[in-house]
Amino acid sequence: MKVEQIAIFLENRSGRLAEITGILAAKGINIRAMSLADTSDFGILRLIVNDTENARKVLKEKGFTVGTTSVVVVEVQDKPGGLANVLQIIKKAELNIEYMYAFTQKSGETGLIIFRFEKIDAAIDVLVQAGIRLLSGEEVYAI
Amino acid sequence: MIYNEEYETLPREALEALQLKRLQSQIERIYARVPYYRAKMDEAGVAPGDVKTLADISKLPFTTKEDLRKNYPFGLFTVPLERVVRIHASSGTTGQPTVVGYTKRDIGIWAELMARCLTAAGATQQDIIHNAYGYGLFTGGLGAHYGAETLGATVVPVSGGNTKRQIMLMRDFRSTVLLCTPSYALNLAEAMVDMGMDPKEMALKVGVFGAEPWSENMREEIEKQLGIKAIDIYGLSEIIGPGVAIECVEEQHGLHIMEDHFLPEIVHPETFEPMPLGEKGELVFTTLTKEAFPLIRYRTKDFSRLITAPCSCARTFYRMEKITGRSDDMLIIRGVNVFPSQIEHVLISIEGVEPHYQIIVQREGTLDTMEVQVEVSDSIFSDEVKTLEGLTKKIQNEIKDLLGVSCKVKLVEPKSIQRSEGKAKRVIDKRKI
Repeated sequence: MKVEQIAIFLENRSGRLAEITGILAAKGINIRAMSLADTSDFGILRLIVNDTENARKVLKEKGFTVGTTSVVVVEVQDKPGGLANVLQIIKKAELNIEYMYAFTQKSGETGLIIFRFEKIDAAIDVLVQAGIRLLSGEEVYAI
Repeated sequence: MIYNEEYETLPREALEALQLKRLQSQIERIYARVPYYRAKMDEAGVAPGDVKTLADISKLPFTTKEDLRKNYPFGLFTVPLERVVRIHASSGTTGQPTVVGYTKRDIGIWAELMARCLTAAGATQQDIIHNAYGYGLFTGGLGAHYGAETLGATVVPVSGGNTKRQIMLMRDFRSTVLLCTPSYALNLAEAMVDMGMDPKEMALKVGVFGAEPWSENMREEIEKQLGIKAIDIYGLSEIIGPGVAIECVEEQHGLHIMEDHFLPEIVHPETFEPMPLGEKGELVFTTLTKEAFPLIRYRTKDFSRLITAPCSCARTFYRMEKITGRSDDMLIIRGVNVFPSQIEHVLISIEGVEPHYQIIVQREGTLDTMEVQVEVSDSIFSDEVKTLEGLTKKIQNEIKDLLGVSCKVKLVEPKSIQRSEGKAKRVIDKRKI
């Protein structure tokens, strides 16, 4: 139930984001979801792509610092309260969220929330037991 | 005014005779008491008796910071510790401090030299001296303090920091003499304006500024903004601390070296051969009267030249030109000596940090700032902002702990720091000094 995410270190310089997406495009790698965390000095670009291993390899070849981390992708109803319900469960279980971001699916009926938990295994147990649907890596990469 | 008329105006011939006598007895003492020096002299094939003229000093081996490091902490002291009444220290090249010691007599001489300097700058016992040099292991604060007391002036031992309070005290006490680094003097002027005060309404008339290199432009700026005379003072803790050389208020051109206590030489920066009088090169000092920690031919790495022309102030001591540069990569930031190797030392000690770094020094407004750029390798990278920010904090704190100077740490992408062939370019100094 874990999904691989790659993270790339970025200095705050113009054109860096365009460069990364260009590199991935040239290799035919598709970005499924992304988020950018930024500070005044640097940024961390987090991506879920359809070919994690290749994306990592090609970005490393181009000299980027790339890391991979496991995240959890949760499906929520795309309607008011959909996310609130999941967050309640997380709160009750006292699970720490390091960060999260969201994207919607083509169908438009469900939204996908990506969570980076401090304790990923415990989080998966709690969510599964609460009947929340988690997407597998294959499902996410194939969206 | 001259504090010690007899010595400071000694005719050159008598001065040189005195220097030779003091040099010979100093060398004999050092040879007899310090095995390290004895071994170095034996290796160079020179005995104390070989020094028959002042020029013979060039037969003796040099002493460098490396020698001090090897003998850390007290290996080069020539008296037992029970006779040492004070220790000072400054930063060395590898994080290990350079330690110096003083006997009671050394402290007395140092105090007199600082009193001479303050007098040369125009201060008298009527003055109220605001001493904003840092007190502590750094020689600046206590060195100037003892000199001001010896002069009989009123000392305000305010030390560094808390600028607003400093200005309030300076105003309320009607302080007349300011002692601090030149960059701090400009900082004070700026802060006075910010506080809605006119710096010229202070009672200040003169400032004695040192511990970092500064230009004639900076002098003009300080004199204009504070409405005072700005006097340059030179010293280094290895030799004694502040008080090795001072500009006279009459000329403000070249710093009179206290030649009855220190013998200056100028050597070629690469061959280390003595340079003809008046030529520019590396400044080398031999102490003539120090008891606890004498030094033979200590290479300061500072570039200067000697001015032998007589001076209108009547002092017969040669003058050294304002320091124009250094022969090593030492940086002086807000009065603190910083070697790139110290920064490297900190980085390597933090797991996973690669020693690809660059130091960028700038002068923002009036204060020097240092930015250390560190490349982010896979091993320290994290997808979480707080981890990376924690890392920069950690590096910042460790540098501050080691050097006593704060800096900004900036993480940069791998390979973004220029790789150079041979010696890496570690420092980009954007200050206009």
